Amino acid sequence: MNRAKEKTEIMKNQDPEQRIHNMSEVALGFTKEQAVREAARCLNCKTKPCVSGCPVGIDIPAFLSYVAEEEFDKAADKIAESSLFPRICGRVCPQEKQCQKECTVGKMHKSVDEAVAIGRVERFVADYQSEHSKTPVKPSVKKTGKKVAIVGSGPAGASCAADLAKMGHEVHIFEAFHKLGGVLTYGIPEFRLPKEIVKKEFEKLASLGVQMHLDTLVGRTRTIKQLMEEDGFDAVFIGSGAGLPNFMNIKGENAVGVLSANEYLSRINLMKAYDSSISRTPYPKAERVAVFGAGNVAMDAARTARRMGAKSVAIIYRRGEEEVPARKEEVEHAKEEGIEFMLLNAPKEILTDEKGRVKGVVLLSCKLGEPDASGRRRPEIIPGSEHIYDCDLVLVSIGNASNPLISMTTKEIEVNKRGNFIVNPDTLETSMKGVFAGGDIVLGAATVILAMGQGRKAAKGINDYLNSK
Amino acid sequence: MNKIVSKKQLSDEVFKFVIEARDIAENAEPGQFLVVHQGGEGDERIPLTIADKDVTHGTVTLVFQTVGESTHRLAKLNCGDYIAHVLGPLGTPSEIEKFGHVVCVGGGIGLAPLYPIAKALKEAGNKVTIIAGARRKDLLVMMEENSSVDPDIIICTDDGSIGRKALVTEPLKELCETGSVDRVIAIGPPIMMKFCSKTTEPFKIPTVVSLNTLMVDGTGMCGCCRVSIGDKTKFVCVDGPDFDAHLVDWDNMFARMGTYKEYETEHHHKCHIDLHIEEGKA
Repeated sequence: MNRAKEKTEIMKNQDPEQRIHNMSEVALGFTKEQAVREAARCLNCKTKPCVSGCPVGIDIPAFLSYVAEEEFDKAADKIAESSLFPRICGRVCPQEKQCQKECTVGKMHKSVDEAVAIGRVERFVADYQSEHSKTPVKPSVKKTGKKVAIVGSGPAGASCAADLAKMGHEVHIFEAFHKLGGVLTYGIPEFRLPKEIVKKEFEKLASLGVQMHLDTLVGRTRTIKQLMEEDGFDAVFIGSGAGLPNFMNIKGENAVGVLSANEYLSRINLMKAYDSSISRTPYPKAERVAVFGAGNVAMDAARTARRMGAKSVAIIYRRGEEEVPARKEEVEHAKEEGIEFMLLNAPKEILTDEKGRVKGVVLLSCKLGEPDASGRRRPEIIPGSEHIYDCDLVLVSIGNASNPLISMTTKEIEVNKRGNFIVNPDTLETSMKGVFAGGDIVLGAATVILAMGQGRKAAKGINDYLNSK
Repeated sequence: MNKIVSKKQLSDEVFKFVIEARDIAENAEPGQFLVVHQGGEGDERIPLTIADKDVTHGTVTLVFQTVGESTHRLAKLNCGDYIAHVLGPLGTPSEIEKFGHVVCVGGGIGLAPLYPIAKALKEAGNKVTIIAGARRKDLLVMMEENSSVDPDIIICTDDGSIGRKALVTEPLKELCETGSVDRVIAIGPPIMMKFCSKTTEPFKIPTVVSLNTLMVDGTGMCGCCRVSIGDKTKFVCVDGPDFDAHLVDWDNMFARMGTYKEYETEHHHKCHIDLHIEEGKA
């Protein structure tokens, strides 16, 4: 029986009081019964508006139907046709801006919050399959004899690699760090995306025959030219990410105690500083923390700071609540964890003590004006509104610029004035023949799923290119 | 995984490793560095300088001092052992062209990364004068290599155990006063680099320092290594490590380098106890 008129199922979360003292996952996921009931809310619209909202085009109504019939393996297979990492996407996709935004059930209830909880059902299916099913068998495909190099093992590179391997190409991933996963590993915290899951999802790549090379910074360890001219690669995909944190050019920003959110999260996630019993990497201990920015990374940094013992943490953002770019669930979770939202505030200066350490930030109040180029209302500074927020740690999370390494050593690749690679929108090929790019290096800072979508699109472009050679 | 093919202890706390690293050897240029990680879940990433390379054998030479837990553990490895992760070459190569007379100042283990730069400068047709300084004789490293570049190498020690009993800035100032110096490069402890910079500034001699700030990833992703150069923020790992010495905000750099002083001191002391190493030894 269809349950579209029923309210959406409530997912259980770890209690806020408890979870600010641990790094374990906050969202506990649907039970089997909840997933089945939620899936039965889908109206199976003929036009499938949800699918058009999904960057990788998962056949959502089809997998939901299987879940409603308790055919979880079939549901998982259906998702696997389009997405390699459903355990990750079910956790980190901004569904309310994608598939769920388009959902007819949500529209019927006049609230996107009441759309079918597609992401949560996806997560359930993927977790269930991972726990109950046999390991996926290696598909036997005819080898093409073509070699493709993938630069970066983040969401874009990994999904591109998976598709190319399935098409029969020999795929090699080159990762600069000592661990795979890119932002999934260094950036997104354990409490939002357990690293065990990332590890297991990447085992799938290995089972597809993809070869991984850690500690290889393409642009330095090997150049693109060396890969193509000396190492025998027929094509290259660059998914090296945005990778260069922005700062604001305000006074005091290089004070002791001012970190990019990337650095703070890397110390704690990648280098495991949260576990002092094993980690040899220190992190800055703080009582009062100011986080500049309100995207997903800012939420991650703020909530991590709370777990690392900060008494108070404030998100400082120059626009208003409506404009907050973070995923809705993260904002809600942050609020539950006592993160303060100081909206309509723009940082002007960072104040330091005699030892050069942060002691506070000078803020300016803002009001919202007319929409700017991004379609969001432009923040306007209110003259004479200076005020001080005392803090001993500032985490800067205002986005990333493109890492210049590859473009510095590969002049053939055209970049725009922000350093992003310019690509053919259909094939994602760069101005250098046989070299494709996708994810943040092309889009600027985007999301995990958009990067995955680009990885898949590039795989198609690369496949066409190789077949035409 | 990179195999250690040769290990030599240069002094109580300084070691020289030659490791297999074909790609790095092929692409490394003077002034670049590496990041090493020892493979444990909680291990840290540590930046180390490249002292030499051998393209034919596919090896690079590292010289490091045991300044903390990770370098002490690294020093425990032997010939035939593997270092779990070595990433490089990192950073922008040093500017090598014909400048005229270049004075290269190396302090302590700074003499190691100085060698490939001095050598390249000489090969580019420069007259190269090397000033080597250390607290005492046994802390001067890579002297044979550096002497091969400049047979008249000027040696200074704090205690006078060899060469002049002086700081490197003394002969540097004398050379500047001759009016013959076109460029100065200084690599060593930050305080030495700062005073070399202060020494050459009144003479308006272009001076380059190779900064050794804290780092995490070493690829530009975190910004831990950033420094104020003039009115700009720069990343040592991508924009550097070489910078115009006269534009460096030294006080800010010193403060940033001291961010985790307490943690580092405590861990260094603890590791001496855990690894049964006498203080001052490795």
